[in-house]
Amino acid sequence: MSASVDVKTLVIDGVDVSARQDQTVLDVARENNIFIPTLCHLEGLSEVGACRLCLVEIKGSPKLFPACVLKVEEGMEVITHSERLLHYRQTILELLFAERNHVCAVCVANGNCELQTIAQSQRLTHVRLPYRNPKLPVDLSHERFAADHNRCILCTRCVRVCAEIEGAHVWDVMGRGIDSMVITDLNDPWGSSSCTRCGKCVQVCPTGALFDKSKVGVSHPKSPEFLPYLNLMREEQ
Amino acid sequence: MSKTRLATAWLDGCSGCHMSFLDMDERLIELSGAFDLVYSPLVDFKTFPEAVDITLVEGAVSTTDDVEKIHLIRARTRLLVAMGDCAVTGNVPAMRNAFGPDAVLRRAYFENADLQQQTPLVVVPKLLDKVRPVHEYVSVDLYLPGCPPSAATFHAVLTELLANRMPDVASLTRFGA
Ligand code: SF4
Ligand code: FES
Repeated sequence: MSASVDVKTLVIDGVDVSARQDQTVLDVARENNIFIPTLCHLEGLSEVGACRLCLVEIKGSPKLFPACVLKVEEGMEVITHSERLLHYRQTILELLFAERNHVCAVCVANGNCELQTIAQSQRLTHVRLPYRNPKLPVDLSHERFAADHNRCILCTRCVRVCAEIEGAHVWDVMGRGIDSMVITDLNDPWGSSSCTRCGKCVQVCPTGALFDKSKVGVSHPKSPEFLPYLNLMREEQ
Repeated sequence: MSKTRLATAWLDGCSGCHMSFLDMDERLIELSGAFDLVYSPLVDFKTFPEAVDITLVEGAVSTTDDVEKIHLIRARTRLLVAMGDCAVTGNVPAMRNAFGPDAVLRRAYFENADLQQQTPLVVVPKLLDKVRPVHEYVSVDLYLPGCPPSAATFHAVLTELLANRMPDVASLTRFGA
């Protein structure tokens, strides 16, 4: 480490840790094996701070801060787990489950879904809010992949990977608030869009919203961990 | 000590939770020393009795009949357990909420029927507009997600409940398990 790198020291859950000044609290926590739940964050993509699952407490402030976009500061005291945080995280998850139709039992991603896994890690055994059960489309027009909007949590990982890594920007978000939808091109069917068929969006999608048609009825694990390696390789070139 | 009065009930579900319950096999025999099964689709009691200690309810609330049943069950049960994803979330039965009961009846009794196409008016209870989880009608004391919860989950949960302790459900099962 060169002398010019500014090192900060801070405390996370009572543990003294050190970090480079450009790191986020989430980065440092993960480096030190401290678990903070996340959904919109994905290593290798830009941060959007959209899902709010990574909220943490900072001593001395009544506000909560999203760890994925919170830069470290000298002397910061971070709390990643508390009754209050659990309450907010559960509520966020309940809102996600109530908003669309996540019928885990009949999902292609059952057993490989980040939403499902995080719900269990946050001890969620039921949803107190009434389910909306909206009527949403399933786009089967693509020869290899499908988009089931019933299961989309609007994390925008697909949008970011397509624009930032593949450079195609086929995916984007249409509409406002609860009517928001991810779309391909100008809301054209995926199959006749400008999709390059690379499949990166399927691999980064945390739920069963984007899936490989050949995986229906069999296990469909996603492998988003290729991203940091791809980025590293590109930097080297 | 008197035995725990245990009941199970079946609303709109596939009976998979009951099958998984029976999947406890010989472990069920061990447990059975601690309870009397006072009502269940697995046995032949016709009416839901008074003063039940624990009731496990499978299935979502989707008919007028389910609504009556769940209120009666709640009134006569000390500890009500929502058993399985249909009871907890609405699950597969609630997938009709997006298009409504008329479409379901049309499909079942007209499009798929060769003879006597008609909507049943007797015996089959009236479908509600929306299928709802149990806790949207009555208070629930314990939620047991899973489709179905595994036999191991049932065994762990019942062992705790019969010993008058609350089980740590989140460590045992999840939605879709
Ligand atoms: S389709 Fe998947 S990756 Fe894209 S926004 Fe929805 S949940 Fe996220
Ligand atoms: S991971 Fe930080 S807001 Fe989603």
